[in-house]
Amino acid sequence: MKKVIKYVIIDILRNKIMLAYTLFLLVLSLSIFSLEDNSAKGLLGLLNIILIIVPLVSIIFSTIYIYNSAEFIELLVSQPLQRKTIWMSLFTGLASSMSLAFLVGAGIPVLIYQADITGFMMILIGVILSVVFVSIALLAAVKTRDKAKGIGVAILLWLYFSLLFDGFVLFLLFQFSDYPVEKLMVAVSMLNPLDLGRIMILLKMDVSALMGYTGAVFKDFFGTQAGMGLSFFVLLLWAVVPVWLSIRRFKHKDL
Amino acid sequence: MRNLLCILCVSFFSYAANARVITVGKNKSYTTITEAIQRSAGGDTIKVFSGIYHEKNLVINKPIVLMGIDYPVLDGEHRYENISIKSPGVTVQGCKVIQSGVSSMEDFAGIKIYNTHDVIIKDNILEDTFFGIYSQYGTNCTIQNNRISAYGKEEQQSGNGIHCWKSDSMRIIANKITGHRDGIYFEFVTHSIIWRNTSEKNLRYGLHFMFSSNDAYITNIFRNNGAGVAVMFSHDVKMFHNYFEENWGDAAYGLLLKEISDSYIENNRFVKNTIGIFMEGTSRIEMNNNVFERNGWGMKVQASCMDITVTANNFIGNTFDIGTNGSLVLNTFNGNYWDKYDGYDLNKDQKGDVPYRPVSMYSVIVEKNPPAMMLFRSFITTLLDKTEKVLPSLTPENFKDIAPLMKPLRL
Repeated sequence: MKKVIKYVIIDILRNKIMLAYTLFLLVLSLSIFSLEDNSAKGLLGLLNIILIIVPLVSIIFSTIYIYNSAEFIELLVSQPLQRKTIWMSLFTGLASSMSLAFLVGAGIPVLIYQADITGFMMILIGVILSVVFVSIALLAAVKTRDKAKGIGVAILLWLYFSLLFDGFVLFLLFQFSDYPVEKLMVAVSMLNPLDLGRIMILLKMDVSALMGYTGAVFKDFFGTQAGMGLSFFVLLLWAVVPVWLSIRRFKHKDL
Repeated sequence: MRNLLCILCVSFFSYAANARVITVGKNKSYTTITEAIQRSAGGDTIKVFSGIYHEKNLVINKPIVLMGIDYPVLDGEHRYENISIKSPGVTVQGCKVIQSGVSSMEDFAGIKIYNTHDVIIKDNILEDTFFGIYSQYGTNCTIQNNRISAYGKEEQQSGNGIHCWKSDSMRIIANKITGHRDGIYFEFVTHSIIWRNTSEKNLRYGLHFMFSSNDAYITNIFRNNGAGVAVMFSHDVKMFHNYFEENWGDAAYGLLLKEISDSYIENNRFVKNTIGIFMEGTSRIEMNNNVFERNGWGMKVQASCMDITVTANNFIGNTFDIGTNGSLVLNTFNGNYWDKYDGYDLNKDQKGDVPYRPVSMYSVIVEKNPPAMMLFRSFITTLLDKTEKVLPSLTPENFKDIAPLMKPLRL
């Protein structure tokens, strides 16, 4: 398994797109921090990167990578290796290289310009989201045989998590505006890893505004140790469950 | 008139001539303060040396100076009002007043001024009192340099640090108040000044104004109070150079203005409050040179406000600059610095060429539907905000700063 992971990581790191992604993150975050006169606005720009670009690149790159290494996977399958091992190695390789790219690209500027609790939270959430979207990509890739369709599904999933889901929530909020839905919203936010990650960062960043009535509900929940633990657990579930489902599918897949 | 002056002079000198110093303490001429006051005449100074005194309710009914040396302790045993001042011209200085009575029928205080004038209360320490210093119908009194702390847990079980009721020409200077219900409470108090006080960690308001007009509060610090500062039902109030910091909570405001008119708010700093200033039914206010920094909402201006002029203020790092609840705008925002402004300045006059709209679409949504806070800073709300900037539909059309500054003011 180690050999396969090693091979996957080396293969990905040699990839020019990966290098470009790392450089892109690095240049973007450095320029965001150095252009803005107050670092709060820099953090805000970085938040948008974490919530939009990181998931997008993670999910699309991973999907394409899986499709492109179809022949390699077939070769591995013909060897005396468990299918589970092969798939887990692929996942580990992808997840660790995406996280590495994020750590180098965004982590270093954050450590330089904003090495406080908010900054660390951002790095942590960014890494977790990278892993989560690799995991979702694997599920999307294993479910569809056609490459074009698979990439389409991946893009749609990204669109769903970053835009459609929130739009839907906003719609529901206005439909149910006469009801006390604050607590329900905490549960709803668990259904989207991006929302969960965003709220956890905001609790460190916009504390003043979140002390308002509804914000206080979030603060009371996510701000406590138990709530924090639960949200990290749910984020972990978001990383584990899709990959687990995809293993089950891959085991019986006719390649 | 001349006769009167003569009498005054004579009486003053006779006073001065007869004024004695009476000492109280172990191995001194008296062992209790009550006895010393009984034997004293107007103009005397009673020096109280350190020790613990159980005087029950100490009533001062002569114009004397009660001076503590090394902070003698006056213990109210949780049953009595420690000091009641019922004569004009009394000075209470350097005493440590602890454990006054607590009652829901009577307003027991550590030191209470009853219906008199020219009283000076200074350099005292008050600990664990129900009300700290209470002025009832006091006129021309000075409350200076006292340290007042209480350990109340609930609003009902706790009194106010400095409480003035139906008083006039009061000077509240350089006191430190913590742990009371309201730090400083003014009701029907006129022509008074609150200067250089620190009021923090009180259960409700740091400063509470009701029906008090023609007052000024200057260079005070109000920090981390349950609900910030409230100024209600008053006119001609001047608020200069104060700090309003870290008042957090749903109903916590750096400064709450309700039914205020003809007032000035200048050179204040509002830092890290949930809401910097909340205005309701407020009119004719001049706001200049204030700094709003890292608040949830810089200001919430309800549609019931009119003729408020907001000029030359800095809005930096607030989550929302301004929130409002309607589309009617009768106020003027002009020449402020907003860090969220992304316009341009072609003619280089340091003023942006396109107006800034401080009310964002999302703040309107949150105002109407608070749970939408959950989507705060998400992609969709950013998109909505951008579209709204191009085509305003939900946000009030006239709510804009027509000459926003390109650079922050030095404040």
